[in-house]
Amino acid sequence: MENAGTSQPPLTARAAGLVACTQCGRVHDAETAECRRCGSVLKSRDTTSLQRVMAWWVAGLIMYIPANLYPMLRTTTLGKDTSNTIVGGVIELVKHGDYGVGGIVFLASVIVPVGKFFAIAYLAFSVHRPDTMHNKARQHLYEVVEFIGRWSMMDVFVVAILTALVQFNIVLAIHPGIAAICFALSVAFTMLSAQSFDPRLIWDADEASQP
Amino acid sequence: MKPDEPLDLDSLIACPVCDLLHTDAVIPVGSQARCHRCHTVLMTPRSQAMTHIVMLATTSLILMVAAVFFPFLDVTAAGLERHSSVMDTILAFSTGLLMPLSFAVAALIVVLPTLRLVAILYTVTPMAIAYKPWPHAKAAFRLAESLQPWSMAEIFIVGVAVALVKIGGLATLKLGPAFWAFAALVIVTALKDTFMCKLTVWKTLEHRSPR
Ligand SMILES: [Zn+2]
Ligand SMILES: [Zn+2]
Repeated sequence: MENAGTSQPPLTARAAGLVACTQCGRVHDAETAECRRCGSVLKSRDTTSLQRVMAWWVAGLIMYIPANLYPMLRTTTLGKDTSNTIVGGVIELVKHGDYGVGGIVFLASVIVPVGKFFAIAYLAFSVHRPDTMHNKARQHLYEVVEFIGRWSMMDVFVVAILTALVQFNIVLAIHPGIAAICFALSVAFTMLSAQSFDPRLIWDADEASQP
Repeated sequence: MKPDEPLDLDSLIACPVCDLLHTDAVIPVGSQARCHRCHTVLMTPRSQAMTHIVMLATTSLILMVAAVFFPFLDVTAAGLERHSSVMDTILAFSTGLLMPLSFAVAALIVVLPTLRLVAILYTVTPMAIAYKPWPHAKAAFRLAESLQPWSMAEIFIVGVAVALVKIGGLATLKLGPAFWAFAALVIVTALKDTFMCKLTVWKTLEHRSPR
């Protein structure tokens, strides 16, 4: 598709004195409040974006701590109780030789959430210091966070499935731990944090660097 | 086109991710239009898209009903047998402190995906079989879009696989018809999403709505 401004610098809707809809792409005069095509609220730049990003980020981090300290699962076998935290569950899988599945759970429940905290914090920070990484690289990072973050919810579903399936009275029963709810909230909060980020802020560096 | 010329707003679209302006050209069916700067896909028109979306979304809805109510898994441990449906998985947390988690799991794997399918059908069906969209079609499509990250049926399927490995040593398992319905649902929904060009739907809605 052709760029409307054929010469440099890149012509954005804001630079042209317009406001664009992030839902449907329609362009309006700067004063327009509501999109004529889809009815979304229009904002040239979401000025409260970073505040909301950080608020959800902190909430997600607060929930992530008990999610790791408390048990995710409690298994009762003939009156004997064993509890497992998130990391404990991974260690158990590896001990049984299920390296592949252990790896998937470790990826979804540890690497992805921790990586996501760093990635979102960096994206928010880099709005003021855009020179630390190329715009395209930051855009990729944003896309990866948006795409992969929701997969962390997997472990919560695993707990739900195990609890539903394994109920054989005193012989064998699995119960959910309090960490399941903390982890679910942590994932939801970090998803909201990533959704609050206005990706146009990444690319504004292009205009700022123009004389 | 120069920035100081008056711009014809109807002939422009802005990239929803980076705000770059593009002239809204007609894209040949089957090809993709990407943003010049951040390479976000702007448009991917497909032939007969509306009809395909209606058929695939209807199939997904039917599969969802089968997936929720048919037996999902059979577990045998220590001579005891247990059948379990998706409904049981949802109700797994229904006692005590973890009850909110039951609602969350129900929402993420059944309620929100179903709501999204219904909203898409509400928006697209009238345009596929007749011409004019139904009232509030815009609100319905905005809802469908906002529900996308929260529809986690595909993550649930991976969670089932992990859960199966985890209890593989404790019990014997048999997959029921609902498992396959759910797996098919994930594939059909993904296929439907490849036909959904968001911008084309919005433009069609605008074009056919009464002013
Ligand atoms: Zn719009
Ligand atoms: Zn772009």
